[in-house]
Amino acid sequence: MYGALWRNIPGGLPGKLSGCAALLLAALALLFFVVFPLVEPRLPWNDVTVNSPSIVDTPSGSPLVSPTPSGSPAPSTLPAG
Amino acid sequence: MSHTAPTLPTRQLVIRTLGEILVTLGVIVFLFIAYELWFTGFYTARAQTHLKHQLEASWASPVASPSSTATAGGSASPGATSVPSAAPPVLVLPGDAVGIIRIPRLGANYGYVIVEGVSTDDLKKGPGHYPGSAAPGAIGNFVLSGHRTTYLAPFNGLGDLQPGDAIVIETRDTYYTYRVTNTDVVLPTKVSVVLPVPDRPHAKPTKALITLTTCTPKYSASHRLVVDGLLESALPKSAGLPPALATG
Repeated sequence: MYGALWRNIPGGLPGKLSGCAALLLAALALLFFVVFPLVEPRLPWNDVTVNSPSIVDTPSGSPLVSPTPSGSPAPSTLPAG
Repeated sequence: MSHTAPTLPTRQLVIRTLGEILVTLGVIVFLFIAYELWFTGFYTARAQTHLKHQLEASWASPVASPSSTATAGGSASPGATSVPSAAPPVLVLPGDAVGIIRIPRLGANYGYVIVEGVSTDDLKKGPGHYPGSAAPGAIGNFVLSGHRTTYLAPFNGLGDLQPGDAIVIETRDTYYTYRVTNTDVVLPTKVSVVLPVPDRPHAKPTKALITLTTCTPKYSASHRLVVDGLLESALPKSAGLPPALATG
């Protein structure tokens, strides 16, 4: 796999080296900016609460006042850290 | 390099390619660990800078708040049951900055901007305030959650807190100093710790409490570490740093 890659990049040794470096950087960027952010929320150790408290109730923003008894938060789980 | 590879038998070629793929996957797993532990911190650091600017801008702008003088008058003696004047009912949108949390035990420079909301995206930006829980310093329970590891790990040191340690919440014009009363490890389903009166669903709150929750043990999400505190004092920022920050 990597041998075929090396053989098929043109440009002699400098071309092959710079070509490999460019491919490596592209692969790293793809992983760090696209793949990992997509995978991360699906993994257990960052599993955050399914029903976040009160956010559904007040989509337009919640005033920062002490909650009335009826408006007290009632999350189903505590968010993970 | 000699050009002998194309003449390899098919079976050897397949095995070698398989090996290369497996090694690559192993490297990707290590890269993912590095991403989780360090790279996520860059995102949080940037979000914190942004939130801090937002906070400074909103604090600098004048607000027609009739409670600013009342708050100054509420700098009561550090009696635990003294009731500070209610925080101004500022409308805070999810994702907005709420204030700054400082914990002297975790270092003189320990300070994070608190974000409103505890969704996955909110907690990536910093410690999150449960929407609907009490405002800083208000009667009830001021509840914050934060990451123990990854995303700059704002609550990484929560396990080091001892009863009596100070937790200072800085808002627009007040320093609210809480003192840790106890710490506990609970299951993620024990949501009663965030109630206005923890563990008593229908009780009417009479004290200003703070509750910090995070993951425990580190690198796991099986349990939650819960730190409870009680409001000790609410001092106007015009009076300078509160004792907990000045000494610590």
